Amino acid sequence: MDFNLTEDRQMLADTLTRFLGEKYPVEHRIKVAYEAPYHDPALWDQLVELGVLYALAPEEAGGMGGSGFDISVVFEALGKALCPEPVLGALMSSRILAAAGADQEALLTGATKYAVGITEIDAPYELDQIATVATAKGDGFTLSGRKSTVYGGQVADVVLVAAKHGDGLAVFAVNVNDVNVTGYGMMDGGGAAEVLLDDTLATLVLADAAAALKDAVNAGIVALCAEAVGAMDVTHATTVDYLKQRKQFGIPIGKFQVLQHRAVDMLTEIEQARSITIKAAAELGGVDASRYASMAKNMIGRAARLVAEESIQMHGGIAMTWEYAVSHYAKRLIMLDAQLGDTDYHLSQVMKGYAA
Amino acid sequence: MDLRYSKEDLAFRDEVRAFLAEHLPEEISSAVRSGGELTKATMEDWHAILNTRGWLATIWPKEFGGPGWSPVQKHIFEEECCRAYAPRIVPFGLNMLGPVLIKFGSKEQQDHYLPRILDGTDWWCQGYSEPGAGSDLASLKTRAERDGDEWVINGQKTWTTLGQHADWIFCLCRTDPDVKQQAGISFILVDMATPGIEVRPIKLIEGGHEVNEVFFTDVRVPIGNLVGEENKGWTIAKFLLTHERTGIAGVGFSMQALEEVKAIARKTMRGGKPLIEDPLFAARIAQAEIDLEAMKITNLRMLFKAQEQGAPGPETSLLKIKGTVINQELKDLARRALGPAAAPFPGHVSEGNLMFGPADTEHNAGRYFNNRKTSIFGGSNEIQRNIVTKTMLEL
Repeated sequence: MDFNLTEDRQMLADTLTRFLGEKYPVEHRIKVAYEAPYHDPALWDQLVELGVLYALAPEEAGGMGGSGFDISVVFEALGKALCPEPVLGALMSSRILAAAGADQEALLTGATKYAVGITEIDAPYELDQIATVATAKGDGFTLSGRKSTVYGGQVADVVLVAAKHGDGLAVFAVNVNDVNVTGYGMMDGGGAAEVLLDDTLATLVLADAAAALKDAVNAGIVALCAEAVGAMDVTHATTVDYLKQRKQFGIPIGKFQVLQHRAVDMLTEIEQARSITIKAAAELGGVDASRYASMAKNMIGRAARLVAEESIQMHGGIAMTWEYAVSHYAKRLIMLDAQLGDTDYHLSQVMKGYAA
Repeated sequence: MDLRYSKEDLAFRDEVRAFLAEHLPEEISSAVRSGGELTKATMEDWHAILNTRGWLATIWPKEFGGPGWSPVQKHIFEEECCRAYAPRIVPFGLNMLGPVLIKFGSKEQQDHYLPRILDGTDWWCQGYSEPGAGSDLASLKTRAERDGDEWVINGQKTWTTLGQHADWIFCLCRTDPDVKQQAGISFILVDMATPGIEVRPIKLIEGGHEVNEVFFTDVRVPIGNLVGEENKGWTIAKFLLTHERTGIAGVGFSMQALEEVKAIARKTMRGGKPLIEDPLFAARIAQAEIDLEAMKITNLRMLFKAQEQGAPGPETSLLKIKGTVINQELKDLARRALGPAAAPFPGHVSEGNLMFGPADTEHNAGRYFNNRKTSIFGGSNEIQRNIVTKTMLEL
């Protein structure tokens, strides 16, 4: 048994944390995350140069990592910095392209930005409710339907779209120049897009894609959970620091036991969240990956809400302000619940397992 | 034991309902329903409509221009206003300063300021909190020193709600720094147009502008702007904080929020069915509704007690604690029900450019984040628990 990171991953974690700490201070993040294009293109290029995308892809796909722990190391560092760069879309696209055996050099070098179009308004979390449909046309296909909150879609070159194809699901590549893409900013910073497909020309990437989509979602869940753990660590540390600094009634408010115990409760939940994320990362790619991804996302949903709400409450008014970083961490922690399945959806997934 | 309203109360409710149906303009109620920030003009228009009917200063005695309602009637009025999506009354002049002037003000102050509050001439804001004095309000440092016929005020106030619209601010100032904290505070009225005042906006978590910082540099105010006695301001501050507690549970707003959650959950789809048919989510709604039903009765019990005893007691703190938690839970459920449809920044994707999810949901996540304030302001829920600990449990 060994809960230490390998030397390579530790080095990646340290490098990335140092880089983001220097180049991506939270004031800068708050500035770029809410203004078009809702990320920092120059920093994206530098992240790519650091090899972040290579760390997310396995060797057989041309990458240098791709395991659950590679993903969690990268996203925990991104979460600490509240980084709104469109890395999640690259990760999920890379999983799909790898399953298809497709070349992904353009993705890994950053030459082409990828996003994934899975979510629909009436199918926010469930793959089996996807309504977007593919029709064969000549040698190729056209797609009709609408993809919502396509994260990173506001700056993507290519969107990998999940659509009904015959009896199953397939993935198609759509060039953004061929489709109506409306980008926008998010409540918690970063960007996404609505993608309106209307007999839109598309290239088949992978037929029979249900398993590959599920794997991409599971990888995305590991990423979001690790991101949340990183964000919760910073939020908790900032809160504890504030409890030491802020004085009322002549003493630091951290001397009040009612606040001390709540800070401990937050810490306990964060450690639990870290543990379930490690488990989900360890199981990624295995037969039980979906079950543990669901457990992780459910627990993260609960812990993140607690940490976000309690951190604001224990700070008082200051954490309600735009200027104070905790408000932005809190927004990210709350809003990531609605990505790739929320607390209740994943609870129901775990419950479904009992029937089998 | 009889939980029903009296015949008179029911008749009053019908009268209020009919008035709202006739006089609450559709564009105002839909602005409230959308959850976005209301403009100053909208709030003023609504005040003027209520003032014409004599229903604006609901908690003032009749001789000062109030309607002379019982606590139950005030409650019914608030409940009906929520039901109709009328704007909240801007409380600073009407529900805060008004009662203070009626209780502590001079005849001249009452004659001058009260009519101007009623007719909307003066928009008031509250100068209580400071950067170093939040929960520990009595430690406030903004200094008012006498210089001949004037007070000279220096210091800073913060969390000044809607101060950007205000003509006047009522301030707690330190007038004697050498005595026990509570014994050296005075309650002073300040014209916002006085030289030396600077208002700076505070942008809130969801991006909105409703609170401000107010800076005072050698601000000169006539001596006559003191309310009550010098150094007795803490008594007024406490009166103001505890005097008007009807509505503190926010039951009407939670009823709105519950209705909204159900409406959203009927429209949004999960697993091919309306979300409201999902047992997990329905259970969350049901728990919140049960809490709210109990809160309605708890609220009425305390209202009844206040009516019998003449004044609300410390148990109103329980209303604040539980009332805000229920409301926050409902706001959480609404955001949760929308899922990804709540994710765009308000104004980015809406009916105007692209239909995105159920209508009227643009400000949904923003309201959830903004409403975290309710368990912080007006004496945080932690401070409310301290009050109950001391006064009711005597621990």
